[in-house]
Amino acid sequence: MNFQRMILTLQQFWAEQNCILVQPYDVEKGAGTMNPMTFLRSIGPEPWNVAYVEPSRRPADGRYGENPNRLYQHHQFQVILKPSPDNIQEIYLESLKKLGIDSKDHDIRFVEDNWESPTLGAWGLGWEVWLDGMEITQFTYFQQVGGIDANPVAVEITYGMERLASYIQQKENVFDLEWVDGITYGDVFKQPEYEHSKYTFETSDTAMLFSLFNMYEEEAKKTMEQHLVFPAYDYVLKCSHTFNLLDARGAISVTERTGYITRVRNLARSCASTYYEERESLGFPLLKKGVERNG
Amino acid sequence: MARDLLLEIGLEEVPARFVRGAMNQLKEKTAKWLADSRIEHGEVEAFATPRRIAVRVSSVADKQSDMSEEAKGPSRKIAQDDQGNWSKAALGFARSQGVSPEELYFKELAGVEYVYANKSSVGTATAEVLPEGLLGIIASMSFPKNMRWGSHELRFVRPIRWLVALFGEEIVPFEIAGVQTGNVTRGHRFLGEETVVPEPSQYAAKLREQQVIADVAERERLIVAQIDGLAKEKGWEIAIKEDLLEEVLFLVEYPNVLFGGFDPAFLHIPQEVLITSMREHQRYFPVFNGEGQLQPFFVTVRNGDLRSIELVAKGNEKVLRARLSDAKFFYEEDHKLTIGHALSKLESIVYHEELGSVADKVRRIRATADLIAGQLQVGEQTAKDVSRAADICKFDLVSQMVYEFPELQGIMGEDYARKAGEREEVAKAVNEHYQPRFSGDLAPSLLTGAIVSLADKIDTIVGCFSIGIIPTGSQDPYALRRQAAGIVQIILAHGLKLQLSELYDAALSVHDARGTKRSAADIRKDLSDFFALRVKNLLSEQGVRYDVVDAVMAAGFEDLRSVVERASVVQALAAGDDRSEFKLAVEQFNRVGNLAAKADGTPIDPSLFAEQAEKELYEQWLRQRPTFAESAEQGNYAKAVQSLTALTPFIHSYFEKVMVMSPDEAVRANRLAALAGIAGDIAVVADFSKLVW
Repeated sequence: MNFQRMILTLQQFWAEQNCILVQPYDVEKGAGTMNPMTFLRSIGPEPWNVAYVEPSRRPADGRYGENPNRLYQHHQFQVILKPSPDNIQEIYLESLKKLGIDSKDHDIRFVEDNWESPTLGAWGLGWEVWLDGMEITQFTYFQQVGGIDANPVAVEITYGMERLASYIQQKENVFDLEWVDGITYGDVFKQPEYEHSKYTFETSDTAMLFSLFNMYEEEAKKTMEQHLVFPAYDYVLKCSHTFNLLDARGAISVTERTGYITRVRNLARSCASTYYEERESLGFPLLKKGVERNG
Repeated sequence: MARDLLLEIGLEEVPARFVRGAMNQLKEKTAKWLADSRIEHGEVEAFATPRRIAVRVSSVADKQSDMSEEAKGPSRKIAQDDQGNWSKAALGFARSQGVSPEELYFKELAGVEYVYANKSSVGTATAEVLPEGLLGIIASMSFPKNMRWGSHELRFVRPIRWLVALFGEEIVPFEIAGVQTGNVTRGHRFLGEETVVPEPSQYAAKLREQQVIADVAERERLIVAQIDGLAKEKGWEIAIKEDLLEEVLFLVEYPNVLFGGFDPAFLHIPQEVLITSMREHQRYFPVFNGEGQLQPFFVTVRNGDLRSIELVAKGNEKVLRARLSDAKFFYEEDHKLTIGHALSKLESIVYHEELGSVADKVRRIRATADLIAGQLQVGEQTAKDVSRAADICKFDLVSQMVYEFPELQGIMGEDYARKAGEREEVAKAVNEHYQPRFSGDLAPSLLTGAIVSLADKIDTIVGCFSIGIIPTGSQDPYALRRQAAGIVQIILAHGLKLQLSELYDAALSVHDARGTKRSAADIRKDLSDFFALRVKNLLSEQGVRYDVVDAVMAAGFEDLRSVVERASVVQALAAGDDRSEFKLAVEQFNRVGNLAAKADGTPIDPSLFAEQAEKELYEQWLRQRPTFAESAEQGNYAKAVQSLTALTPFIHSYFEKVMVMSPDEAVRANRLAALAGIAGDIAVVADFSKLVW
């Protein structure tokens, strides 16, 4: 099964599970969790089921397109279900079957892995799912998001698409994966991998990035004061990505690091609580719709 | 009629490290509840897999035992007023005993009348109290990490998905977090199905039909037997590490052992790296040949049967290949790193806000290590090796390998240092200076590593003490106790002629240059108390009696070799076959000691001795002294004590015949002075008055 078919299969499957399909978010981010469709929407009592594929940037993992397993940008397929359904593990295993992975032919395990994002002030408990010893999915019950207790609890399922594909297609090197028949992952992503790595590690303008960080932070705060949560959150994402670029460049010392993470976390927390207040003042509109859709 | 009881809590996969604790907790809580509820029962057994914890109790009585118990309340004077009305105290007593005031009665006890209540109750049917009881047991369970799920308020280790609660063939009805009890359990996630458990005794058998081995010990035996079988078949040595076995045991419900291989070309990477990668990341068991050399194979335990086992093995091989390629990449990258460049990077790594960077710490280790080496008067080459090893002991912290595998610190350093052309002693010391890494680990094998290790550890302790970080109770975030125990272990293992105070002084003088918040005297006092406890623990672990520990430590513990030797000699005498004889000697020592305390420091004047007995004791003492001093100096305390006990008959006759507290002031002072001399020697060994007989 090629990469594109995998995405379509998962989209089809989760659409049938009552998920809203949204498209990748257009601001740089390190993980699908940071998409406002997860981070903000998992806050508060409103039901929320969503699925999307998310290109995720990890500047420090860039390897100039030379390493068979590590990438500047990889793809996550992200599912959020709030409240978490009782048979969520079974539903997930069913999705693997759709990808051609029959659990009877493999060794599939749920191995403890607890998730924490210091920059988002979020944590959860769950597992990494192992397929014959390989981690293919992160499975997390959110306990806190943006410093707010999750109630009801959302479950997050994050498929590592490259890992899964390398198993399904039996490829050793990520760049040999077939995106569609005749076009490889390398055809699509090798050049950007090289260029982003070179930019990140060698040519990025550190002074400019520091000043961007400060500007983004300032703008996020100002926008938050206007109670405009979504645009404010975009600037939080920009802060986070800029920090990642600086960190990968080695421009931030160990002592300063904590300080920057705290600054981003404070912004994220303030977005979270403002989002909650805004939804509350609207009377949590999806509470009523959720009953209609599921009923 | 008694029936068996079964409670199974069906869960989403519980973290392997919590399962055994959860199982024991369920077992204990169930037994306690039965006892508290006065329900008689037979054996209590527990079961656990990643997806379930269960308890089965045989022959549970179908009714609580009846109870009759008399409770004593306040005296009549307090319980009733003159008109015979019940006081508040009496009413409160009745309420607390669950009886009405009319049921209270009086009885006389030792001439005083007291109010009494008879708490008798007829036992309720077990089936009636079970629902609330079992619910309470589940709700009261606690785990190191708890979570919520869905819209439920309950916090538990992982979501509860089904419950089996059976009393005989009957379902015990209750509900928790939206899950209703029943008699249906779930089999293996992939190989089994839901199945009815008709009654508790069939629990394990029904699960076995659904490919679940619920009994923990049985599952463990299966895994070990399969691994051993494979080892025998292939002629391998497969090291079964306990904690890995424990984890694997709780990752599978139906174990099947399989093996895979990897490219032998990876074997040029240090063995520790490959082993760590296999064990820590993949939970594989590494494979060795008869000579202890790592082989290009691994063993893993599948949670399933033999279907498509080659596919599973192939998948695991692919994952390991990627892992080892990563390791190989880091290893090769690290070879581009020079030691000098690595050391300069340590400047920007914070060791502790108040104690500077790692580079600062390294400079202190170097200075302290040089002082220790000087104190020990080591040879010229060793002194040079110590300096160099101290300088570079932390350089591998900035390597990619240690970044990926922090537990390989030192191990990578040794390998890289050797490849960079450092002397063998130096390379080894880079690794060994972390030893002992844990309680039960070995001390560094070479003196160079031992000295750097001492310097590193005492620097950490003195550094922390200087900014007020001192372990209390369970609080020891920097593991300072382990560091101190390591110091004690190293000094003893290498038989170093190093007083603890010399070690404190070395580190304190180095820290003093930095300028400490607390005074050196305060820190030294805390260090002495801190190390006293470590030495006490060490002696107790060696089986030395408490009173012996106190006695020998009262004579000082600065010299660790001496205190350990003295403890062993005194323990042997105080607990040996001739202990009654030794007791008599100690009694004489103590009499000497008691009187010696009255001495005023007057020097001994032999011309003032008047009695024969005192002359004899004095001469005998003078005769024994050289032997005593020499033996003590050499650490031969068995011989030293012999020369002390040789005095006992003389002391005995001394006290028979000599009146120490003579009216003649000069004579008295002289006698006390002589006794003080003897007591001074005795006190070198122990304060014998602390021994308990």
